Amino acid sequence: MLTRNSADVIVVGAGVVGAACAYYAARSGLRVAVLDRGSVAGGTTGAGEGNLLVSDKEPGPELELSKVSAELWRKLSEELPPDIEYEPKGGLVVASDEAGMAALRDFASGQRRAGVTAQEVPADRLRELEPHLAAGLAGGFHYPQDAQVMPALAAAHLLRAGGDRVRLRLGEEVTGLLTGASGEIRGVRTAVGELHAPYVVNAAGTWGGEIARLAHVALPVRPRRGFVLVTEPLPRVVRRKVYAADYVADVASGSAALQTSAVVEGTPAGPVLIGASRERVGYDRTLSPEALRRLAAQATALFPVLAGIRAMRTYIGFRPYLPDHLPAIGPDPRVPGLLHACGHEGAGIGLAPATGLAIARSLTGGEPPLDIAPFRPERFSPAA
Amino acid sequence: MPLSASEPYDLAVIGAGSAGLAGAVAGSELGLSVALLDTSAQTGGQFYRAPAPTLGAVRPEALHHDWSAYTDLRRRLARSDVRHLPGHHVWSVTKGDEEGVGGGAGDGLWAVHAVTGADGSGERPVRVRARAVLLATGAYERQLPFPGWMLPGVVGAGGAQAMLKSGLVLPGRHVVVAGSGPLLLAVASSLAAAGARVPAVVEASGYLRYARYPRALATNPHKAAEALIHGAALLRHRVRVRVRSAVTEVHGTDRVEAVTVTRLDRDWRPVRGTGRRIACDALAVGHGLVPQIELATALGCATRPLSDGTRALALDGLQETSVRGLWAAGETGGVGGAQLARLEGELAAVTVAARVLGRPAHGGRVRELRRRRDRMRAFADAMAAVHAPGRGWPRWLTDDTDVCRCEEVTAGRIREAIEDLGARDARSVKLLTRAGMGWCQGRMCGSAVACLATRGHTAEPPAERRPFATPVPLSALAALDGPAAPLATEPGGPADEPGGRTTTASGPDASPGDG
Ligand SMILES: Cc1cc2nc3c(=O)[nH]c(=O)nc-3n(C[C@H](O)[C@H](O)[C@H](O)COP(=O)(O)OP(=O)(O)OC[C@H]3O[C@@H](n4cnc5c(N)ncnc54)[C@H](O)[C@@H]3O)c2cc1C
Ligand SMILES: Cc1cc2nc3c(=O)[nH]c(=O)nc-3n(C[C@H](O)[C@H](O)[C@H](O)COP(=O)(O)OP(=O)(O)OC[C@H]3O[C@@H](n4cnc5c(N)ncnc54)[C@H](O)[C@@H]3O)c2cc1C
Repeated sequence: MLTRNSADVIVVGAGVVGAACAYYAARSGLRVAVLDRGSVAGGTTGAGEGNLLVSDKEPGPELELSKVSAELWRKLSEELPPDIEYEPKGGLVVASDEAGMAALRDFASGQRRAGVTAQEVPADRLRELEPHLAAGLAGGFHYPQDAQVMPALAAAHLLRAGGDRVRLRLGEEVTGLLTGASGEIRGVRTAVGELHAPYVVNAAGTWGGEIARLAHVALPVRPRRGFVLVTEPLPRVVRRKVYAADYVADVASGSAALQTSAVVEGTPAGPVLIGASRERVGYDRTLSPEALRRLAAQATALFPVLAGIRAMRTYIGFRPYLPDHLPAIGPDPRVPGLLHACGHEGAGIGLAPATGLAIARSLTGGEPPLDIAPFRPERFSPAA
Repeated sequence: MPLSASEPYDLAVIGAGSAGLAGAVAGSELGLSVALLDTSAQTGGQFYRAPAPTLGAVRPEALHHDWSAYTDLRRRLARSDVRHLPGHHVWSVTKGDEEGVGGGAGDGLWAVHAVTGADGSGERPVRVRARAVLLATGAYERQLPFPGWMLPGVVGAGGAQAMLKSGLVLPGRHVVVAGSGPLLLAVASSLAAAGARVPAVVEASGYLRYARYPRALATNPHKAAEALIHGAALLRHRVRVRVRSAVTEVHGTDRVEAVTVTRLDRDWRPVRGTGRRIACDALAVGHGLVPQIELATALGCATRPLSDGTRALALDGLQETSVRGLWAAGETGGVGGAQLARLEGELAAVTVAARVLGRPAHGGRVRELRRRRDRMRAFADAMAAVHAPGRGWPRWLTDDTDVCRCEEVTAGRIREAIEDLGARDARSVKLLTRAGMGWCQGRMCGSAVACLATRGHTAEPPAERRPFATPVPLSALAALDGPAAPLATEPGGPADEPGGRTTTASGPDASPGDG
């Protein structure tokens, strides 16, 4: 059992990423203390959607991470209670014209080479997949590997499934890191007292840069704001995750014009989620009617039946992003004992399991589930 | 849009109850151009409710203790240039910065976003721009759950009163009135006067505690008089008032047949063995009022905790919120009654006029309004302290009592989320159980969930950030003005191409993958 103030590893942050780190570390036999200044999933995890997507990722390290994660989520869905609302529902990306369709084809063929399943859907078969889609679309691609979870419940049940080896300390803010004579990690200091462990995992999400600063190292995590619209509960009018292909065309053309690309999806509880916008505006929480206007316009353009449906609420979250839009995962060579698992931007729910497993392997000296070199946390410091 | 003629207004008033009506009328009389928006088809708010004309000749003044104050305001409104916009449901207020980024008015003006005809197909988005905003959206009733509270026949105490005033309908023939707060006596005497039998008024606090605030009572003689009037009416109808007691269970299969009334200790814990069954066919219950302030908190306005566990807007001496240019009056600043609301509305209008028209307010008038307001606020705060829910009330919940009625979340599931899943506040309980995610967006269960989440400790609800004050059709959102064309509104016009507009600052790397 865990003594009151020591553990094998301390995880800072009880979001989905910290929960996944704790889960896999506990599975490997480690005693884990998870600290959060708020509640479980009280950070960005409680303000995101639960899309587990491979469809939107181009070949590269993030796609690799998401493929490993997709498989881990599938296994987790068998181990965790059904409350996490895992649904392997698949995604559908649609194009409004032939140019968009051509770009989609290009994108999909690259993904296929990287092992993603992508099936072309001709225009006249779109409504077999999504009966309420707007008329006149040029076609689309179906991605059966896309799935969904309810993020807050997923985080809570990952922590709970860690069993006795995971101890939660909520409402406790980490205010300092304890280090030994040669700068190695010895634990953390909180408002309540000290907690000792040879390893600390920085899973503080958007606030990960501040934890790094406590260790006197730089990790430039910044917030990127997003709004999500939530409708009144509906019977299933949207079956998959549906979004427009225009972003692919925009990325291909190198245009800076793309801002909001609404992903429309139904949830088991009934409401349809429409999200999300992206803006770099710091931690500004004021409502942006323009962001909402665009989300609503895009969603109703895809699904005209939604026009008469009410948005019940909107919520706002701040994605943790790093300059190259890849997360920081793994040990920090600058501070022995400090590991990072943060900066997952708009894909942290999807990428959490592979991140957690990689951290656990690294703590126990095991083989990582994939090459994590592209996620080296020190990659932004001038010396690296 | 038909409003563009007089836009932008000097002042947009949201809410046409006592506070908003007084503010709009006074503002207009001081020379401001004023728009007055309210969800309701009629003015008067929660307190002044005239029966629908179709109900024929009734005397609304019989159910109101100062009806003439209202008829006076109504007369002045009719004579004024105030643009009254009934049936306008405001869902958000935004402030445009100089460049128009963020979809506000784009010129430092306020934009008040509303939908009309909230009863279905005729909904239309409306945006009203103004130099100043007066928020007078009143309050809603606080409910604490108990076993059986979802049975037909259980109604809100304030709701019963409102029904009676506007439609002259009784919730039942034998109506127990329960909960806490000064409203209960008013409700009971109206019900009795309208012909219902009231087997008991059950008040969880004790009125004796008013005695701790002798100054507030002595300086508010009309309040004491009101209490006496209600007291006399109750005596006449032989209504028994039980203090330090609560309805801890409702009995019945298809509707209310009886209630159990139990004595409470100082902390509102039910005292075992004191339960008594009282037969009735309806229960009118309420635990005071909660200021309705989400339009302001969404803008980041500062709030202040009230001693009854609710939150009100923090206002300066002249009714301005912490956000410059946004004023508030009436229950939004703390529950204090119709007369205080009128005073505050007027005071706000006077200071708005001074700011917008750039001429000093009449010092004597401001001083007199402030003096009376301060006296009445002191009484209101004393009242809040007397009726603060004790921390022991969750003891009367069983694990299978529904706390959130929209999503049917039981007390047991909420306890599980707190004990096993790591919830620590109303927001995380909501995320982990869906309590508060339904149609009412937590207005009904929010106080109870906050109490449970903090395990009965001072259940100070966080400043609610509920970005939509009311559900908004997606078509109305999609037709919102873009900042490029702040004046032209084409309700129901074609939607933009997805991703076609570029005002928000994000990079080309944006992918939609996080939905
Ligand atoms: C609108 C929106 C939509 C999104 N949709 C998706 C989606 O569909 N799919 C997807 O995969 N991702 C999505 N995301 C992204 C996803 O939500 C995040 O990447 C993910 O939640 C990050 O999880 P985390 O555990 O790293 O951070 P968080 O959940 O923020 O957890 C970090 C925790 O650290 C705690 N903390 C911080 N500092 C301290 C300290 N000093 N001491 C103690 N505790 C501290 C915080 O309280 C917080 O609870 C979305 C994000 C947004 C904003
Ligand atoms: C249910 C209930 C019953 C009451 N019964 C009594 C009683 O019997 N005796 C007594 O002395 N006091 C009673 N009160 C208290 C009394 O109503 C208030 O003291 C008084 O009405 C305060 O005036 P106000 O202008 O602040 O708010 P209100 O009179 O409540 O006016 C607020 C107005 O704002 C409008 N509004 C709110 N939100 C929006 C929005 N988003 N968009 C557009 N319009 C909006 C509402 O439709 C309403 O007309 C009651 C209160 C409630 C809530």
